[in-house]
Amino acid sequence: MTSRRFVAALALGFGLALSQAASAAEGTPQPPRQSWTFSGISGTFDRAQLQRGFKVYREACQACHQLKIPFRTLAQNGGPQFSTAQVTALAAEYKVQDGPNDAGDMFERPARPADNLPWTFPNENAAAAANGGKAPPPLQLIAKARGFERGFPWFVFDAMPFLSYQEHGVDYVKALLVGYEEPPAGVTVPPGGHYNKYFPGHVIAMPKPLNSDGQIEYPKGPDGKSPVPETVDQYARDVSAFLMWAAEPHLEQRKRTGFMALIFLAVLGAGMWYAKKKVWAKVGGEAEGLPGTAPLGPTG
Amino acid sequence: MATTATAAPPATRRDFLLIATGAVGAVGAAAVAWPFVAALAPDAQTVAAGAPVEVDLGPIAAGQIVKVFWRGKLIFVRHRTDAEIKAAEDVNVATLPDPQPDSARVKQGHANFLVVYGNCTHLGCVPLGNEGAFKGWFCPCHGSVFDTSGRIRQGPAPINLPVPPYTFVSDTKIRIGEESKTATKTAAA
Amino acid sequence: MSQHATTYVPKSAAAKWFESRLPIAGLVHSSFVAFPVPRNLTYFWTFGAILIFMLGAQIVTGVWLAMHYVPEATRAFESVEHIMRDVNYGWLLRYLHANGASMFFIAVYIHIFRGMYYGSYKAPREILWILGVIIFLLMMATAFMGYVLPWGQMSFWGATVITNLFSAIPLVGDTIVSLLWGGYSVGSPTLNRFFALHYLLPFMIAGVVVLHVWALHVVGQNNPTGVPIKSGKDAVPFTPYATIKDLFATIVFVMFFAWWVFFVPNYLGHADNYIPANPAVTPAHIVPEWYFLPFYAILRAIPDKLGGVLAMGGAIVVLAFLPWLDTSRVRSANYRPLYRQFFWAFCVVCVLLGWLGAKPAEGGYVIASRICTAWYFIHFLVVLPLLGLFETPKPLPSSILETVHAGRKGGGAGLPVGAAAEPSIKG
Repeated sequence: MTSRRFVAALALGFGLALSQAASAAEGTPQPPRQSWTFSGISGTFDRAQLQRGFKVYREACQACHQLKIPFRTLAQNGGPQFSTAQVTALAAEYKVQDGPNDAGDMFERPARPADNLPWTFPNENAAAAANGGKAPPPLQLIAKARGFERGFPWFVFDAMPFLSYQEHGVDYVKALLVGYEEPPAGVTVPPGGHYNKYFPGHVIAMPKPLNSDGQIEYPKGPDGKSPVPETVDQYARDVSAFLMWAAEPHLEQRKRTGFMALIFLAVLGAGMWYAKKKVWAKVGGEAEGLPGTAPLGPTG
Repeated sequence: MATTATAAPPATRRDFLLIATGAVGAVGAAAVAWPFVAALAPDAQTVAAGAPVEVDLGPIAAGQIVKVFWRGKLIFVRHRTDAEIKAAEDVNVATLPDPQPDSARVKQGHANFLVVYGNCTHLGCVPLGNEGAFKGWFCPCHGSVFDTSGRIRQGPAPINLPVPPYTFVSDTKIRIGEESKTATKTAAA
Repeated sequence: MSQHATTYVPKSAAAKWFESRLPIAGLVHSSFVAFPVPRNLTYFWTFGAILIFMLGAQIVTGVWLAMHYVPEATRAFESVEHIMRDVNYGWLLRYLHANGASMFFIAVYIHIFRGMYYGSYKAPREILWILGVIIFLLMMATAFMGYVLPWGQMSFWGATVITNLFSAIPLVGDTIVSLLWGGYSVGSPTLNRFFALHYLLPFMIAGVVVLHVWALHVVGQNNPTGVPIKSGKDAVPFTPYATIKDLFATIVFVMFFAWWVFFVPNYLGHADNYIPANPAVTPAHIVPEWYFLPFYAILRAIPDKLGGVLAMGGAIVVLAFLPWLDTSRVRSANYRPLYRQFFWAFCVVCVLLGWLGAKPAEGGYVIASRICTAWYFIHFLVVLPLLGLFETPKPLPSSILETVHAGRKGGGAGLPVGAAAEPSIKG
């Protein structure tokens, strides 16, 4: 069937044409694929994990990296879902600049839930000056702003139902955080650099942020022990999940809405299909089976 | 040569299917419209920015009106003189277009401070303070006249200048946007 | 095909009053109700309706996004994030619009290749085809400028690279580029004017679409046989037959669309575009959106700046001459055995070009790009003119109806065709 070939060729062509994906430097291993609660068509965030991840961010990342999201979003549905009181109290721990007041002066006041999380540095230049010439990137979008190329044919599968893989960015972040190693023999790391297995080019300016198990204390369960291990690997997982939420705060609503939309469309489509069948029955159906003119299936 | 359909056949399964599918489609159209309507509503940032604002009353001299903003809306804070309070209280409430005693428009024990929204209830212009027949406000757009309690006395405005939610956190400080728990009954906006 | 005299009869007095002053109902009736449609059309003929739907969807979501977007270099990126995070359903509007552009191009490419396979560009449909090429060009301009608006790294560098194409023009190139930029580099004035044009162009597309549909309804639709409608038995009225089929196909397409929007919304985009534009750092690989990749590959295949730009422009312009480059009298590839082989070869070349466009311009990729680019032009400029002279087409059916009946017997799956089924389409 020529037209079937036509469709197949177009589909293949479409897939091939997508081979752009994200970039990765040669010689960098692919970040291992993690299992996340938020992957797949019905995945949701693990609240406790996001809350732990936020703690890791505060203790290990915030000193250098900006996270430009408002405090209030930490309480919103689909996120870490801290209580409003917790968020208000948390915001009040920070000072933000406001103004000018009636006298024309800028002043500092405690942050409110509507304010963005403040940054240690007043601006990017200050951050660059304090960090060897390059400002630490802001983290609110990092889980979507990073990726790596999977190559043919994997990138085609990555878009498909039940096979879809959208967690390149968050997998990369997790891998990077645990990817610090001694440089292999023969590789010299310039001063101010650090060797990281997963960083493109391997020399990263950021010093190892998560150094030892137990570095960050997790909330204790009823038995007096943290429900998850307090290890570097777990810290990296939790903060990566948190950053994924920060980059895509409406992920849960999106998937939920999509699920309803697809079910609705399937019902409407089925109705339309039968209605169309009935209408066309009057003229004895279509020219089914003609060479080169076979109609597309409903999934076309 | 144009083709024409024959006369309408009796109601059949096909008609039912078309109607049922059309109904499902109509539901879908409404569902699609919803996000678009919702996106016109104030967004989360705008809503969150409506946090209460504090106003220090100390620097406001008697007879002075200051303008502050809450949620992007203009609010007058008026430090009334004794004569102005008296003028506001000595009115036969029943004769007013929007009857409301002065006591219902201020916080108990704080009659010297009047806090009202600063846009004329006619079409939203900003009335001029200490003007008009009652020395309250006068709206230059269409001539509405308000008294020293912010009540409409003459002109096209239908209701009094509404009182926003606010509370006295101390004798010299109010917080606009938060109703005090022991508030006297204030005007419904 | 002289169905201009409308069969529409106003029913009420008010309708009669209106119709005698503005005969719009009659126009709609003759174009979308009584219009005769070849009865053997396949689902490939539903993409016109799907494209009209996509244009409408893009305009509506775009207008809503414009209510929240700020076309200013220091705030554009932030305003898009504001849409994604704070605006009610802003994430939905933005993902619909961004993925909608890709869906629009998927549909338009299927529509174009369908036209190529079935010879829909041949007389008397030349103007119809050329209007389509103009729509395609306007779509490309709109999509390009739209991609600049989020002001991420790919937006900025895409804008820089594409506007620099114009500097290849001799003598006036640099002047044209600075007129495009409104400055000495891509910056806020560029962004602001791109926004203005991105808002304008879709309405120009809509205008050309009206002409496209008008031209279609003068010459009538082509069909899988390429044989014109000869009697009423060959056709069915547009409503309800084509209407319901188009509706069904559109719903299926929307399901496909919904998958991308809700479950893999960033797949077709590029991670680098979530990094704010930075004029000091170029991303490792600058790659256009997938729908531009074949043309991008042609641009890079030519080792000369001006030559590359001309080749890329020529790859689109050559489409407009297709009605005269193809010398065969037979429309449908179903009856052109040789052309059919070349058509598929051409499709493969286009796909390869797309793949090469995403690869770095080095080594074997460059050689492959050159071969494919050469074939792209040979197909239009050499193969098509010669094929018409040397190819022996298969015998054409005498009418559409004949193929419908033959096909049903051959397929053996159709419903029994009795005389009872016929009267409804008696012409």
